[in-house]
Amino acid sequence: MNAEVVLFFLFGGLAVVGALNLILQRHPIHSALSLILVMGSLAVLYLLLGAEFIAAIQIIVYAGAIMVLFVLVIMLLNAGEEEHINVSKLARYVGVPFAALLLAELAYFTYRWSPQMLVEPDRFVGRTAAVARLLFRDFVLPFELTAILILIATLGAIVLAKKDV
Amino acid sequence: MLNLLWLVPMLPLLGAFWLGVAGRRMTNRTVSAVGVGSVALAFAVALGTAFEVASLPADSLPVVQSYFTWLQAGDFRVEINLYLDALSLLMILVVTGVGLLIHVYSIGYMAHEGGYYRFFAYLNLFMFFMLLLVLAGNYLLLFVGWEGVGLCSYLLIGFYFLRKSASDAGKKAFIVNRIGDFGFTIALLLIFWTFGSLDYTAVFSRAASLSVDPADPGQVGLLTAIALLLFTGAIGKSAQLPLYVWLPDAMEGPTPVSALIHAATMVAAGVYMVARSHVLFSHAPLALTVVAVIGGLTAFFAATIALVQNDIKRVLAYSTVSQLGYMFLGLGAGAFAAGIFHLMTHAFFKALLFLGAGSVIHAMGGQQDIVKMGGLRKRIPATYWTFLAATFAIVGMPGFSGFFSKDEILWKTYTSTSLQPSWLLYPLGLGAAALTSFYMFRLLFLVFHGEDRYTPETARHIHESPRVMTLPLAILGVLSVVGGWVGIPPAVGDFLGLSNLFEHFLDPVFASSAALLQAGAMPHTHAEELGLMAVAVLTTALGLGVAYLFYILNPKLADTTAETLAAAYRVLKNKYYVDEIYDAAVVQPLHWLSDRIFWQAVDVRIVDGAVNGAATQARGIGQRVRYLQSGNTRSYAAWVILGAVIVLSYFIFG
Amino acid sequence: MIPVSYYVALSAVLFGLGALGFVLRRDVITIFMSIELMLNAVNLAFVAFSYAWQQLNGQVIVFIVIVVAAAEAAVGLAIVILVHRNRASLNVERVNLMKL
Repeated sequence: MNAEVVLFFLFGGLAVVGALNLILQRHPIHSALSLILVMGSLAVLYLLLGAEFIAAIQIIVYAGAIMVLFVLVIMLLNAGEEEHINVSKLARYVGVPFAALLLAELAYFTYRWSPQMLVEPDRFVGRTAAVARLLFRDFVLPFELTAILILIATLGAIVLAKKDV
Repeated sequence: MLNLLWLVPMLPLLGAFWLGVAGRRMTNRTVSAVGVGSVALAFAVALGTAFEVASLPADSLPVVQSYFTWLQAGDFRVEINLYLDALSLLMILVVTGVGLLIHVYSIGYMAHEGGYYRFFAYLNLFMFFMLLLVLAGNYLLLFVGWEGVGLCSYLLIGFYFLRKSASDAGKKAFIVNRIGDFGFTIALLLIFWTFGSLDYTAVFSRAASLSVDPADPGQVGLLTAIALLLFTGAIGKSAQLPLYVWLPDAMEGPTPVSALIHAATMVAAGVYMVARSHVLFSHAPLALTVVAVIGGLTAFFAATIALVQNDIKRVLAYSTVSQLGYMFLGLGAGAFAAGIFHLMTHAFFKALLFLGAGSVIHAMGGQQDIVKMGGLRKRIPATYWTFLAATFAIVGMPGFSGFFSKDEILWKTYTSTSLQPSWLLYPLGLGAAALTSFYMFRLLFLVFHGEDRYTPETARHIHESPRVMTLPLAILGVLSVVGGWVGIPPAVGDFLGLSNLFEHFLDPVFASSAALLQAGAMPHTHAEELGLMAVAVLTTALGLGVAYLFYILNPKLADTTAETLAAAYRVLKNKYYVDEIYDAAVVQPLHWLSDRIFWQAVDVRIVDGAVNGAATQARGIGQRVRYLQSGNTRSYAAWVILGAVIVLSYFIFG
Repeated sequence: MIPVSYYVALSAVLFGLGALGFVLRRDVITIFMSIELMLNAVNLAFVAFSYAWQQLNGQVIVFIVIVVAAAEAAVGLAIVILVHRNRASLNVERVNLMKL
């Protein structure tokens, strides 16, 4: 019973709990906080898998910026608890069972056909330098494109949300 | 000039096109110049070609000029080619010559009619198709001309299209022709199937090599079928029994049309076609017999109807049907040259008769009932004398053109070896000759002799036709007299030291058949021929005498005879009720079929039902499917999940 | 020692839960967050496989995904604001002007 196993089950469990909480909570702010929990747990799991750079990025960008944005919007719009109108029969009686089915199928599938290699620490580490080398050499085009994408998204968000004065 | 042969049909086509496009704004003079000029030029080219051919050696004919390939699909190949031999040369001379005279006549006759340019345009178009028909080098091109003249006939019969009777007559002509054309088309298919080509040269050379052995029924049967089906087309086009009913009604058209199309040329197309296909017919003796029998029966039958008709054009129409019967009788007896000879002389005198009738109608201010005419010979002498010449020609007065041609046919019918029921056909021919003489003289006497039976207003109107109309009458009159002198039979010719030029002219055309048909012929003496000639002359005189009796000596006799034989008179007057029989037996059932079956059942229920039903189904499905697009985002999400699950399941388990 | 397949299975579970939330919830923001959950699950799978094949390409993809998620979140939340402005409610059922 070494540290990796404990860490895995702890933070994996936390992630699942957070996800369950996200979908079961009534008030969006609770769901947002659960999502932050999930992201944090995932960052730890990335570290377990040796992806240092990605873990850092996860915390800084995902949990630190995107979720903040979510919370900001929830507070801005003063989102309250969900209403109880339930118009779509299809979503209730078909969507939910099938989503559950999807979950089960995916779990089964991934378990059966995944590599059985054991995760050992330090076997493979995603050092920042190595990742950066890839990013700026082999994948420089997608990298630049995502930069432009961010720019466009920023412009888009501003244009969409501004009030016509 | 031979390589300008294509000009002969093309010049009238150009005229028709020019008139059709620009004629509306032209003056009558320009229209006349174009319309008559194109035919005159075509006639000139035809004459030039004739002179050139005359100077060529004897076996240079037939000349086939091929211009380009029209259709080609696998083995099937049809070219645009023109076929010139003695027969087609004769035909183009007759068509362009008589056509030219009638065009000139029309300048005067149609001068005060509306649609002047349209008339000449259609007339020129007709000339094109007719010339194409006789010059064609293959059966398909012949058929193009065949159909084209039918079209022009429809257009010209219905020229006064505002009159319902005229447009009905045009329709009737076209539809009845179509029935014959159906047989013709099947014949074309069979010809291609049997001989592998529709080209004259190919078909005739292959047919000539076939046997006539009665012990080989298959081959002869096929040829007989082909010949009979070809003849079906001729029955329609040349107004024989039972498809003659359109020709009397066709008199609704202007008189020059009746002269050109329904006397001289178009109706002769059937005769030409049978003569052209003589190789096929001579290898199918049964078909020849059928041709002769139908021809003989028609000649007699139509003559009986003409006895009691009172419309001047109708008498001539039934006379045309009867004379065409004579031509087919001659062809069926194996005397192809004799049939064509009669075609030529008939063109002369029948055109003259019609043009003369037109002159009479013109003088009488539109009156066509001969009962209301009489004594016109003093008032319109030019018309009278030419009409008289034509009458003498048609009844076979010795020395006139019709005498030689008709006599030739009767002689060949009598002496034919291949014709089984010659014991029936010769009397039919002779009887028809007697009747012809009677009704033609009846016509002459009632119109031109006797007392004046017209009203005083009409009397003031009577005048001789202008020179532009009487000149063609005169020319045709001369031709009616001398036109037969090229075909003097040996019985007389030997006596006079003249030979039968006509037959020699056409000998090379019919050579292959002549040998076949003369097999086993018994020799006949000149005395026999002269004897038969005398019999024919006697029957003509008999007809003349009876007519003179009925209409000059004792005018009441005609009426009392009609009363005594009232039933027979009624039957004849009503044309044996054939039109009514056809209507009840064919037209009404077809109407019923079209209305109840094809319209209400098939079109409304099945076709409309299928189309509307498909549309209704589409709408129904649409009504139900539209709920998919509910506008509700959550249901869309559900569909996405559903789709994902299905695809995933397929990948895992499928 | 944990096999890599456990990580992948966890990723699958998270993804399924995200899908469930996506069809279950009525609040627009919550639905959006479920989508983010799904993206995260996918990231986990990529990193796991990157470890398994001993190649860094998976991690580069994760990087790109995170960037794209950020852009998407920005624009998506702008749209959420617009929806709230126009329909005065954050219930996705109320966004129904295209309804039959």
